[in-house]
Amino acid sequence: MRQLAGVLTSLGAGLRGMVCGLGQFTRFFGILLAHSGIVFSRPILVTQQVRFIGIYSLLIIAVSGMFVGFVLGLQGYYTLNRYGSEEALGLLVALSLVRELGPVVTALLFAGRAGTSLTAEIGLMKAGEQLLAMEAMAVEPMRRVLAPRLWGGIIAMPILAAIFSMVGILGGWVVGVLMIGVDAGVFWSQMQAGVDVWNDVANGVLKSFVFGFTVTLVALYQGWQARATPEGVARATTRTVVVGSLAVLGLDFLLTALMFSN
Amino acid sequence: MVASNPRHSPIALRLNDVALGYGEFTVLRGISMEVASGQMVAIMGGSGSGKTTLLRAAVGQIKAQQGKVEVFNTDISAVSAAQRRELRKRMGVLFQHGALFTDLNVFENVAFPLREHTRLPEPEVRQRVLDTLEAVGLRAAAHLSVAEISGGMARRVALARAVVLEPQLILYDEPFTGLDPISLGITARLIRDLTDRLGCASVLITHDVHESFAIADQVYLVGRGMLVASGPPKVLYDSPDPYVRQFLRGEPDGPVPFHYPETPAFRQWLSRQKGRQP
Repeated sequence: MRQLAGVLTSLGAGLRGMVCGLGQFTRFFGILLAHSGIVFSRPILVTQQVRFIGIYSLLIIAVSGMFVGFVLGLQGYYTLNRYGSEEALGLLVALSLVRELGPVVTALLFAGRAGTSLTAEIGLMKAGEQLLAMEAMAVEPMRRVLAPRLWGGIIAMPILAAIFSMVGILGGWVVGVLMIGVDAGVFWSQMQAGVDVWNDVANGVLKSFVFGFTVTLVALYQGWQARATPEGVARATTRTVVVGSLAVLGLDFLLTALMFSN
Repeated sequence: MVASNPRHSPIALRLNDVALGYGEFTVLRGISMEVASGQMVAIMGGSGSGKTTLLRAAVGQIKAQQGKVEVFNTDISAVSAAQRRELRKRMGVLFQHGALFTDLNVFENVAFPLREHTRLPEPEVRQRVLDTLEAVGLRAAAHLSVAEISGGMARRVALARAVVLEPQLILYDEPFTGLDPISLGITARLIRDLTDRLGCASVLITHDVHESFAIADQVYLVGRGMLVASGPPKVLYDSPDPYVRQFLRGEPDGPVPFHYPETPAFRQWLSRQKGRQP
């Protein structure tokens, strides 16, 4: 009986902690949203962040996109070849990238690269009393530091996902057309005919906006909540990757079900 | 020491029977003091005596557990966030560890308050920043990143950033720590000159007796969780109070405790340690 009470107590404490954490996260988002007017009053701060965040992740995203395109080209060809449908390779590569792999893999790489950088940056600013100093100077850190980073991440993510998909399609073309010998005209025309701008491309872009928002918000929250010690910052960056990646995968399932079901 | 007559000057900072602390724990209680425009006040005390807590209360970053902290005759904990920001625009703060923005270079750090709170044209911003850096001897370091400068230089950059807007109340938290003897003397003189030239109120939080006594108009000594003594430097230096005498002369024996006091939490921890098997 005592054991059962202990289990129930710890379960309740865990649940309460989760609800409190979710509440804090929502409150953090609300405050950040309330301070987002700086996006319009000083757009230069946002463009700087788009540039920084984009540059952080550009190389890893372009290289990953190329290899994912190579693999899609190979795997797609082997499978389609069984049914004599190699001409659909271009369509398969494009749909896989634009609908799913582009937004999802970009978001996962973004969480690992730019997300951790954002968390560490905010956490170290906190540890170095920089945020306190800013507050003492009558400058709101939420407005001056966090809001431009949130909107920078939201804008950068679809651009990075587009680059990922574009490089991936080129990778699929290199393997399928140049190496295996699928007809180039068929490769591109099937893609042109089968990919719908609204159903496929726009939904993919919408997904990457949602993922960009989620990963950046998680990264900023973890940095903001980090304990002001080296260990605290290290833990926060790890949490950014874990929570950010799981949130992306969970949201992807939800969005796919909403967007592509009949 | 430069004398000033603050009797007719407006009060920039007033603490009225204030108790300060974190959560349930009270660091300081019964603190009352006034700082007038044109006056330099030194708040002194040993490490961990609550000097920085006083500064944070003056900025409105912690709320008084009891009493009132008034900045420019306004209770800083009773105003809205926007009003608090307006009050803070009239203040300059030098943080204990500098708190420079590591993503900005020296020039941009000093320019930061100007860019945030003024609409000055770029040539004027450049001129004011370079002039302020000149005053702290770091004009030629304007292009360096924060990682490239020493701790003492960082403190001088932080000082330049704290005064670039020429605020009406300046709070200096340990401005002399980590400075070489020459920089220390120049910085002390600079702080005094700024107070006189701008007619601002200055609060110097320090445990450097020699330099602060040379420039302060009034000294407050905190310890044992309260205000131990206050008065002009000369009066304090001649004080017969054994606590004041020991602190100011740095004597090893006397009423100023060297050892951190034992708390119930420590005794509990110790008993747990003793119960452990080696």
